[in-house]
Amino acid sequence: MDEALRTSPRATPWRLWLSGGWLTLFFGVALLAPWIAPHDPLYQDLFLQRLPPFWIDGAETGHPLGTDSLGRDVASRLMHGASVAATVALIAGLATCLLGSVLGLLAGFYRGWVDQVISRIVDIWMSFPPVLFAILLVAVIGTGLTSVIVAIIVIDWTRFTRVVRAETMAQARMDYTEAAHVAGMSRFATLMREILPNVAPVILSVLTLQMGIAIVVEAILSFVNLSVSTDDPTWGGMIAEGRVSIHQAWWVLIFPMIALFLTVLSFTQFGDALRNRFDPVLR
Amino acid sequence: MSAYLEITGLNAVLRGTRTRVLRDVSLSVSKGQVHGLVGESGAGKSMIGKAILGVLPRAIEVASGRISLGGQDLGVLPLRERLRVIGSQTAVIPQDPLTALNPSRRIGPQMTDRLTRTLGWQKTRANHRALDLLEEVAIRDPERVLHSYPHELSGGMRQRVLIAAAFAAEPKLIVADEPTTALDVTVQKQILKMIADMQTRHGTTMLFVTHDLGVVARVCQSVSILHSGMVMEEADIRTMLTAPAHPYTAALLAATPRYTDPEASLVPVSDTVLAGVAEAIRASDTLWGRA
Amino acid sequence: MSALVDIRDLVVSYPDMARKPLLGAAPRNTVLHGITLAVGRGQIIGIVGESGSGKSTLGRAILRLIEPDQGQIVFDGTDITHLDDRALRALRPRFQMIFQDPMSSLNPRQTLHRLIATPLAIRGDTQAMDKAANALDRVGLPSRFLARYPHELSGGQRQRVGIARAIVQSPDFIVADEIASGLDVSSQAVVLTLLQDIVRETGTTLAFISHDLSVVRRLCDSVVVMAGGKIVEAARTTTLFNTPQSGYTRKLLEAIPLPEPDQVW
Repeated sequence: MDEALRTSPRATPWRLWLSGGWLTLFFGVALLAPWIAPHDPLYQDLFLQRLPPFWIDGAETGHPLGTDSLGRDVASRLMHGASVAATVALIAGLATCLLGSVLGLLAGFYRGWVDQVISRIVDIWMSFPPVLFAILLVAVIGTGLTSVIVAIIVIDWTRFTRVVRAETMAQARMDYTEAAHVAGMSRFATLMREILPNVAPVILSVLTLQMGIAIVVEAILSFVNLSVSTDDPTWGGMIAEGRVSIHQAWWVLIFPMIALFLTVLSFTQFGDALRNRFDPVLR
Repeated sequence: MSAYLEITGLNAVLRGTRTRVLRDVSLSVSKGQVHGLVGESGAGKSMIGKAILGVLPRAIEVASGRISLGGQDLGVLPLRERLRVIGSQTAVIPQDPLTALNPSRRIGPQMTDRLTRTLGWQKTRANHRALDLLEEVAIRDPERVLHSYPHELSGGMRQRVLIAAAFAAEPKLIVADEPTTALDVTVQKQILKMIADMQTRHGTTMLFVTHDLGVVARVCQSVSILHSGMVMEEADIRTMLTAPAHPYTAALLAATPRYTDPEASLVPVSDTVLAGVAEAIRASDTLWGRA
Repeated sequence: MSALVDIRDLVVSYPDMARKPLLGAAPRNTVLHGITLAVGRGQIIGIVGESGSGKSTLGRAILRLIEPDQGQIVFDGTDITHLDDRALRALRPRFQMIFQDPMSSLNPRQTLHRLIATPLAIRGDTQAMDKAANALDRVGLPSRFLARYPHELSGGQRQRVGIARAIVQSPDFIVADEIASGLDVSSQAVVLTLLQDIVRETGTTLAFISHDLSVVRRLCDSVVVMAGGKIVEAARTTTLFNTPQSGYTRKLLEAIPLPEPDQVW
């Protein structure tokens, strides 16, 4: 009975293809922005202010997504903004994941005082309001991409620690952990070779979520002018500027918002879809 | 004695396919009798109960066949009427007393829901009824239990509450789905005796789903042995135990351990028997494929 | 002939976290109250009891998977009660365990090959692959199964992998903890008779933990009945079933529903 239900045909992995496709585009553009962007993202041309995107009357052929109130090319700024977002997503995401997961694994596996110490720090850490914390941090250590990345790591490692600790504890309670013990495996080898592979899918899905969140945090910090220098194009900065001229030139606001939304959504969807597709246990 | 529950040619399939999970099931249970549905996992024994109650999983649908309760063919009734008949004439004793009760509601309303909602009883009358039944299942302080939350009761108490709740609306048919599977033998004995007592006293017809031939022997008067959703043998209990007609039944009996006869215990089911079962299923599927 | 496993006055307790005060240690619940038991070489001993009787704790304590509070565990002449991790690891291949739930005891992300060969590979056995294939063959599974994952198998097949993993190291002693409780009767018959054949053939000593007296009657040479962390009765199997001494044992026997028409119940 259960057998029959389980082998029902698997649907086409649309989720995987769509989110994966968008992320490929995102990282491709981020990497190649300096060569494929049609204009210098900082070049101002006050004669070409607030040109509309291509499908609206009055558009110029060289500016497919229009220009902003200083006459800068929206498409080019969007592409360079993707570079910033991708850098933050990758570096902040991976570093947060590494720090948080290691602590979570140790706390969940060794329990006792290790767990006590780590868990108390997590509790205390999480009682700070995160965005405020980030703003304070950047204000203290100065603006710039590095500061943004450091701020995200410092705030968000707890997300991994909590989830990974819980999953590690659940896996450590499984009999296979005890079986490894009976087989004569050392404690550390049990953690790395038996438990970690079972916790990995959870880490992966939190990682993709975290990459999305990192992009959002960067955008928020840009929005309040605490990210990279004001001149450099970022999606958050574009949204902030677009807000001012929303009635004259909505596209300055809308395009970075769509890009932000699709990228963050793709990250979370990609993580889930990947897991559904390739996890031998779920398959 | 007349049959209360009658199933004829019941076929259930994976939704949208011709793959059967119940194969041409027919059985009848006389009024006031306990009928066992026995089989190993995947035999479809729970599916039959679920099909009667109209609670099959989403992925499964009834393809053909007739189910009647007290002479009333359920299939011809409009949905609303069918729900009313099922709601007023049947009840379930579930397998897992832990998850069968809502942890955030008190026992009382959970027991009387069906009385007040489906049957339109007054609240006080329903409460009285619940108190009487809790006393019947030997719960010492029924008043307190009615006002308790499930987590405040022991596992055995919860099981008894569920038995009492099943009899609350004086159903004509109760489906008991492996109600003692997870219990220790001494507790199992108490619970089974309690179910049997209640069943006799209330004259309820019962379908008893289990994988345990010993339990069937103690509780049921007749039995259907199932494999792959197909009835291998329907017989009265004594015949099944002493002179099984189907080789598969005999093989199951020999595989079942019993301390009174260790030599006839844990005998693996032979390939010949399994081949015979597979052949019967194939033959039935061929007929079904032609239909 | 001396006993292979000799247990004296074994006491085990767990901290009761539910009653732990905010500061300080949790009070302890004693689950084994001074168990004394000797298991002869090549014997199959049944350890029977209801839930909470302490039978599983006993099995785990013998293998030093749980630290005892008091008492002594002697394995083949060596007192292993206080051996440190390293010394214990050296002895591990000689005593093995088969777990109740094969879904949880077989790492879902490892192929059968890895599951069975790992204990050997840890000790640098170069023939690990061949031995794994042999063990799998001995439990009646084809060697092409080596590349499969546990979730691709049926319950009975998984438990056979559990047996293969235990026997691949040719141990002297195996603890089997309720290994048939999740199986259908037909798979149970296959798995248990298989285990019985293997230990008889290799002369392995087996502690068979079960709640099912009928199964124990069929498999074991002697039986220990436990309740509330104590041994209620211990005897040779035929003696225990023919003339049970303790009222508790009789009560357990009488409660078992038998597939027979005329049981007084």
